[in-house]
Amino acid sequence: MAFPSQLGFQDAASPVMEELLHFHDHAMMIVFMISTLVLYFIVALVTSSLTNKYILDSQEIEIIWTVLPAIILILIALPSLRILYLMDEINDPHLTIKAMGHQWYWSYEYTDYDALEFDSYMIPTQDLTPGQFRLLEADHRMIAPVESPVRVLVSGEDVLHSWAVPSLGVKMDAVPGRLNQTAFIASRPGVFYGQCSEICGANHSFMPVVVEAVPLQDFEAWSTLMIQDA
Amino acid sequence: MADTVETKIQNYRTAPFDARFPNTNQTRNCYQNYLDFHRCTKALSTKDQDVAPCDWYQRVYKSLCPTSWVGKWDEQIEGGSFAGKI
Repeated sequence: MAFPSQLGFQDAASPVMEELLHFHDHAMMIVFMISTLVLYFIVALVTSSLTNKYILDSQEIEIIWTVLPAIILILIALPSLRILYLMDEINDPHLTIKAMGHQWYWSYEYTDYDALEFDSYMIPTQDLTPGQFRLLEADHRMIAPVESPVRVLVSGEDVLHSWAVPSLGVKMDAVPGRLNQTAFIASRPGVFYGQCSEICGANHSFMPVVVEAVPLQDFEAWSTLMIQDA
Repeated sequence: MADTVETKIQNYRTAPFDARFPNTNQTRNCYQNYLDFHRCTKALSTKDQDVAPCDWYQRVYKSLCPTSWVGKWDEQIEGGSFAGKI
């Protein structure tokens, strides 16, 4: 989850997010190198007392500063397209979960076998126990099995919302009347937090998304318990 | 034919990838399976045949469609106001 004074991404919890993270590091490194070079040029020119009024053209440097940027752009584009196509691959999900956005809570439906539905409200700040995270905790988490491809179908029941979990690399708009599909694989067990990412009224900041990835047996035990309790 | 459908339904995990709906928007996938289930049960029951093969469509639409949508459509079918052709 996010922490104070954070500069980079949250730790990746899915293979896709790992790829995105590494690509971002790669592109950022190129950007820093270019910026450093340009800063050097600026400082060198501004602090120099030499002037030359007679340069008209120069074929060599023109070639260099055309070809080199083109190569740099290709070095950025190739990994970018690789990830784009990777994210677009047809996956064969083991489980389908529906995430429905309401004002101002999420409801999750697991209907592959028996109908399991529950609401997920934010835990108000005054009800938090020590160690819990303000504005991020929810009373019922969306439980998912680890290392299983999960399909999430996102929709809205009233206004636009958006279901996002940064550490899984997932964000999908919840549009009323439309069913948007996204997918993730949780690489490790853990609790992953996100927040509603489309303005939806007074409590838009207070309807977090909490995904808990657990081993498959624990997932099955949990779903059996939830269905019995209902 | 009926056997393969039966084994498919027995081994059902979740709605599989449907090449007719390859993109992010799965609205039509849900709606189409809902329609297909009702058309299938209507067609098979009018011919007095076993409606068991139609269960595939039911499993798929139950996996994909939000329960509020299904509830609303079921009410409309009962009330005779459902807009789809069944």
